[in-house]
Amino acid sequence: MTAVDETMENPEIQRDDETAPTLVVENLKTHFFTRIGAVKAVDDVSFSVKTGEILGLAGESGSGKSITGFSILGLIDPPGRVVSGAIRFKGEDLVTATPERLQDLRGNRIAMIFQDPMMTLNPVLRIDTQMIEAIQAHRKMDKKAARQRAYDALEMTGIPSPGERLNAYPHQLSGGMRQRVAIAIAFLNEPDLIIADEPTTALDVTIQAQILHEAQALCKRTGTAMIWITHDLAVVAGLADRIAVMYAGRIVETGVTDDVIDKPLHPYSVGLLGSVPSANKRGERLNQIPGMTPNLIGLPPGCAFKARCPRASDQCDATPEVSELLPGRKIRCHHPHFEEAAQ
Amino acid sequence: MTEQASSSVPLIEIQGVSKRFVKRLDFAGKLARRLGAGLEEETVHAVDGVDLSIAQGEVVGLVGESGCGKSTLGRMVAGIMPPSDGAVLYKGRDIASLSGDDKLEATFAVQMIFQDPFSSLNPRMRVEDIVGEAPVVHGLVSGNGKSDYVDEILTKVGLDPALKRRYPHQFSGGQRQRIGIARALAVKPKFLVCDEAIAALDVSIQAQVINLFMDLREEFDLTYLFISHDLSVVEHISERVVIMYLGRVVEAAQAEALFAAPNHPYARALLSEVPRLDQRKRDFQPIKGEIPSPLDPPPGCHFHPRCPQAFEACSSARPMLKTIAPDRISACHLND
Amino acid sequence: MSTEATPNLAGADGAAQAAPELAETGAVVETPFKRFVSEFFESRVAMGALFTLVAIIVAAILAPLITPQDPYDLGQVDIMDGRLPPGSEAFAEYTMVLGSDGAGRDLYSAILYGLRISLAVGITSGLIAIAIGMSVGLLAAYVGGRVEAIIMRIVDLQLSFPAALVALMLVALLGKGIDKIILALVVAQWAYYARTVRGSALVERSKEYVEAAASLGLSHARIMFRHILPNCLAPLIVVGTIQTAHAIALEATLSFLGVGLPQTEPSLGVLIANGFEYMLSGKYWISVFPGLALLITIVSINLVGDQLRDVLNPRLKR
Repeated sequence: MTAVDETMENPEIQRDDETAPTLVVENLKTHFFTRIGAVKAVDDVSFSVKTGEILGLAGESGSGKSITGFSILGLIDPPGRVVSGAIRFKGEDLVTATPERLQDLRGNRIAMIFQDPMMTLNPVLRIDTQMIEAIQAHRKMDKKAARQRAYDALEMTGIPSPGERLNAYPHQLSGGMRQRVAIAIAFLNEPDLIIADEPTTALDVTIQAQILHEAQALCKRTGTAMIWITHDLAVVAGLADRIAVMYAGRIVETGVTDDVIDKPLHPYSVGLLGSVPSANKRGERLNQIPGMTPNLIGLPPGCAFKARCPRASDQCDATPEVSELLPGRKIRCHHPHFEEAAQ
Repeated sequence: MTEQASSSVPLIEIQGVSKRFVKRLDFAGKLARRLGAGLEEETVHAVDGVDLSIAQGEVVGLVGESGCGKSTLGRMVAGIMPPSDGAVLYKGRDIASLSGDDKLEATFAVQMIFQDPFSSLNPRMRVEDIVGEAPVVHGLVSGNGKSDYVDEILTKVGLDPALKRRYPHQFSGGQRQRIGIARALAVKPKFLVCDEAIAALDVSIQAQVINLFMDLREEFDLTYLFISHDLSVVEHISERVVIMYLGRVVEAAQAEALFAAPNHPYARALLSEVPRLDQRKRDFQPIKGEIPSPLDPPPGCHFHPRCPQAFEACSSARPMLKTIAPDRISACHLND
Repeated sequence: MSTEATPNLAGADGAAQAAPELAETGAVVETPFKRFVSEFFESRVAMGALFTLVAIIVAAILAPLITPQDPYDLGQVDIMDGRLPPGSEAFAEYTMVLGSDGAGRDLYSAILYGLRISLAVGITSGLIAIAIGMSVGLLAAYVGGRVEAIIMRIVDLQLSFPAALVALMLVALLGKGIDKIILALVVAQWAYYARTVRGSALVERSKEYVEAAASLGLSHARIMFRHILPNCLAPLIVVGTIQTAHAIALEATLSFLGVGLPQTEPSLGVLIANGFEYMLSGKYWISVFPGLALLITIVSINLVGDQLRDVLNPRLKR
């Protein structure tokens, strides 16, 4: 219990310190040991998120973006395992933390928003019951105060008539409403870090815009750091401060959003951005990336993108190391689009 | 010669098509109503009086959010679902009135590409049977010619014919979507209804499939109805765009004109709220409110509860589609 | 789950979501059949049960070759051999390892011949019931509307009577004989299959591949039997296995009650019934050995069925 009390006070101290990142992930490796071989779902991933910052973690299916999120929360179940690396949350290593400690952090200091809000919501309990439980699980607060806090959190997400929603069951709400409730629950205990795993993918465009708007505003207001996992670069282009692009378990490129979108360095980012229709002229062929996302089982050594890469050479048989070519731009490539970016 | 004759007749014409789904009361429900429970049959107006004509060779984009009826409309065009009211015409003739060879011709002519690359392929059939079954059954090719025919079609959609003995689960999402396209192409269609055909695919694979659609259009002179919620894809591929909201068409125009200056407030909202790569760190200013349930749509203009410019007339009278510019229609009281 | 309030963290669910992403990348290397086989044999109990079941079936088929006596041939049965304890020497100079029954039949031979009848009755009635139930259930799911309502009400009606009661009434009406008992078992069982197939066919019918087949102009019969049916087989196999065990037990029950098979063609149920009157006089073997044979058969079929259900049901997948 003492550990809990410490962290309850810590945030205030830490938040003043702008330079210390909320989360630092170093050389994280999460592998799944299946019957047909080991899957290196996350392979040597490093990144950090600062207070109030939104990091967009972009990648296609199988790139390991969601597994990275689950690893941070300690939610990897066998046959998966964090093999090596460090996940430092405000200086505390989560890889070596006890399950009890992780349990205490989750929903309190670190919260998660899933693609399907029903992962968060219990279908047989009223919204207020769930929200009050979520508060009381982590702090001493009487029921009335907790309910008021739940009301405030719902109001923050811009949900119409929050009082009515509190008395509703999840099935009485629309998909967008449910996701808003899930977001309110994530923000309930004013966490230091929120991991959002494609929370708007299943929603309609106008509803997605509302959710993005509210998530962005909440992060700025509360100073919560956020990792927004998505397959849609266009979503993070408008939302994130920085972007990390993942491919086959590795982060291939990191940088400030504008830099990555306007001047991508890694051939994969270049290809991905080139294949987005809105960036092209109507009716013309898109610049497609040939081939398909590789099978992570028995992935050959070297750069995982080499089979699809127009710039690949024999050098790519060796795994490229992370290099910081420009300030704040880290990339993993032997042949980056450096000349184009420099212009 | 038929080409010239048919040039004035649209390839596909939808005339006042509506689709209602009625959830009928079962025996227990009827009994409960008899006893005084306030149970009513629920009717969803999924599609409400839509007119649309599509000329040979055209690519029409159909856009809207969930519940707008775009998939239902697509299924009625593809002949999978009969309309409750109205008619779907193929080359000027009502599909429902056709029989025999004419009916088969219309059936083959309009094929559908589905959203889900997993549930749209029969998991227990080999690729060669998925693609080759219908042509053999209908005598387009002989049983002996099936293998070569399947090879030819698979090559056209960019799949290695050597893989045709495999089952769908042995392919990736993008490859499965190609199998679905090959299945449709195998009956030599004229018109493809693509219902969110790339929505379930990875970004880098989406581009491949869009390119494939464009290549096939050129090679087989195909006409498309491209249904999607993704405006950037629709903008890229379509010549004409139709926007639907809660079962009704709210605006239709040439793609360029519509994307440059949307007329209907819903079209404006939709266009401005699509995330785009070239809009950075923007302050999202979304339109308010939920999409109403199609079970109980708002009276008058369906969009009025969310519309920033709504006035009295909007909640009482349904705005009709009006020609507001050449080749451009919109249903909004602001145009009166 | 419910007490551990903090709902936004549900650990198990979280990792469950992680799985699909892996599945996407891990393009399946093994065929479904190979995976099925290897998953089936992950359980030692199921492996043992399958082995036992195969041994029982083989023994039943080979019965005439591996038994010293044909218990149906009255010429080979000597009344003087009646009620001999296990290990006794028969008049025809062979050892009755399991003893003999009241009529002088060698129990070992009688059990194997009885198994033949029990298995044959169980499997034949199962196959016929499957064929009927499958077609009816498929039709109900595909056609829907009034046809479905009528079919399913009949099924409900049928299922609201205990199967044993239905079979008992029918046999009482029809009389003894193998064909009659098979008919009774079919009537008692088809509804289970109809309901199973209708359930899974309803799910399949709503999938897009069925819509695709329809838009390709394929006939209804072809869509039903070539497209939908093969995808409904997994639950059917599971229910079929377990229902077969039920059918065997039901036949034994009817025969035990004396309304099933005639004395001249003794199934396991008849053998148990025959020995029942001697139980209290210490001649336990006449009832106990056929009973054990029945028990082992039914338990091993059920164990195999349970494992099939675990392997074939995607929702129970780890």
